[in-house]
Amino acid sequence: MAIRLTGVTKEFDGASSAAVDNLSLDIERGTIMALLGPSGCGKTTTLRMINRLIEPTAGTIEINGVDVMSQSAQELRRGIGYVIQQVGLFPHRTIASNIATVPTMLGWEKARTSARVEELTTLVGLDHEMLDRYPDELSGGQQQRVGVARALAADPPVLLMDEPFGAVDPIVRGRLQDELLDLQNKVSKTIVLVTHDVDEALRVADRIALMNVGGVIEQLATPDELMRDPANDFVKSFVGEDRGLRRLGLNAVSALRYHQGPVVDAGATYDDAEQAIAREGSDWLGITIDGRFAGWTKVPEVRAARANGTVLAEVQRFDPIAQIEPSSTLRAAMELIMSSNSSVAVINDSGRFGGVVTLEDIRRALSSADIEAADGTI
Amino acid sequence: MTPGSLPSSLVAGATNPIIRWEWVVEEWDQVWQAIVEHVTLTAMAMALGLIVSAVLAAIAIRYRWTMTPITATTSLIYTLPSVALFALLAPVFGNLSRWTAVLPLAGYTLLILVTNIVAGFQAVPPSVRDAADGMGMSRTRRVWTVDLPLAIPFIVTGIRIATVSTVGLVTVAAIIGQGGLGRLIFSGLRRAFWTPMTVGASLSIILALVIDAVILVIGLWLAPWQRRRKAAAT
Repeated sequence: MAIRLTGVTKEFDGASSAAVDNLSLDIERGTIMALLGPSGCGKTTTLRMINRLIEPTAGTIEINGVDVMSQSAQELRRGIGYVIQQVGLFPHRTIASNIATVPTMLGWEKARTSARVEELTTLVGLDHEMLDRYPDELSGGQQQRVGVARALAADPPVLLMDEPFGAVDPIVRGRLQDELLDLQNKVSKTIVLVTHDVDEALRVADRIALMNVGGVIEQLATPDELMRDPANDFVKSFVGEDRGLRRLGLNAVSALRYHQGPVVDAGATYDDAEQAIAREGSDWLGITIDGRFAGWTKVPEVRAARANGTVLAEVQRFDPIAQIEPSSTLRAAMELIMSSNSSVAVINDSGRFGGVVTLEDIRRALSSADIEAADGTI
Repeated sequence: MTPGSLPSSLVAGATNPIIRWEWVVEEWDQVWQAIVEHVTLTAMAMALGLIVSAVLAAIAIRYRWTMTPITATTSLIYTLPSVALFALLAPVFGNLSRWTAVLPLAGYTLLILVTNIVAGFQAVPPSVRDAADGMGMSRTRRVWTVDLPLAIPFIVTGIRIATVSTVGLVTVAAIIGQGGLGRLIFSGLRRAFWTPMTVGASLSIILALVIDAVILVIGLWLAPWQRRRKAAAT
């Protein structure tokens, strides 16, 4: 366990009840844990207790088995990345100098620091020209990338993020969330992310701790579990009515059991074709050539061609219909099927025909628990 | 016609023009000395004022409740009439001592300087402090490397206002025999010989403008990020 909170309580002076009351939570190494909840639920307090910006009243917090109270707060914080909503870049320092903050405090040599700054700039997708600029010369999204780079500078194993994308517009937010996931694939940090945005938690977290007032964890689950199986009414009302639709966005086409559909190779016999049509009860037939989806044709055309003695490969084909990749979400698949005015999307697995997806497949997958979160979750 | 031969004439005219350039050339040493004295008094008053203000501001920032009494006291000093204050201090230090002039002058800078220093520190965005603390920066390091640089534009503004008003007030100190350019002004007025008065008055105005410009430039040099922001805005 990378981070372990045991019976953590925080009572602020003068408050009638504890902000966080006897909270225990384990966060696995290399995963993203979202602390999700309404304002005042103690999620930020919990986060700030991990790096001791707030000292707990009771309980223990361990990082990699070491009690956070066993070292000085400053030493502890230099080993934990910290990203906040308002970014908090130093306006009077250049981007390079901002990123170098912790290495400088740790007394790294200049050459090592500047090499690390260059590396991080690339990692978070910033233009190297930005390094000599001041924060005010950057857009909000760029500033937040610098914030992440600065937090990662000394390569801390743990990253704390407090509403990191709350201050940017929705389009930039989505992009930054995707970038965070890409980044996480490369750096594998243990990340604790505070958010009040259900979509954000669903999109980036491996696990979500949904908190209620007093730091009470109402449910601790993977995003898909949270949507599929809300533990109580609070969870239900917090995540909203459209849980089914949200799950569509959480699961990839690859989570479905593919089936072939009425699709045959161009070299197949008409008997094979008829068999596929009959099996699927379909009015169309897909043709593959060398494992690639080449197009589709209507069943009457197939029969007319057979009567004419034309080979299957030469039956007039229509261009490939809706095609989708295995990594796309079920939501995208559904949207494609509806907008293409057909009942099916063809899975294009890096060029090769992978199978077909129908609305019925999607419905069935959502109604059962057979979506395998481990490899299907985005 | 010599200046001394015109005791009763109060009329500026052909015989007593606003400025006689021969006088300026002839008495340049005296004029230059007045400029030097004016700048010295201003600099001493500002240096003392800054030191005292820095201490007071540090106390006010550290212990918030002290802000009110500190502001009240410095405001009170600011309201004291300068002539009265110079006159009162003359017997204490003797009117030949520079301190007789410097102390009140420094006193007048406190209100502006303390207010601006405190405002500068208060203007540091909380998120910047939070980030600094969250990255494990010590308090001392944060104050010197984050808070202070960010407060500099405010502090520089305070110094500019205080310096310009000090340059003006120094002339008043002429009543106790200090006063730099003020002495030229007073002697011209006393003798109804306009040239020294004109020279003293215009030079004190020019001095105020020049010093203000110099501090402005130093301020921009100290806060390059602000310069860049202004450039980006235009």
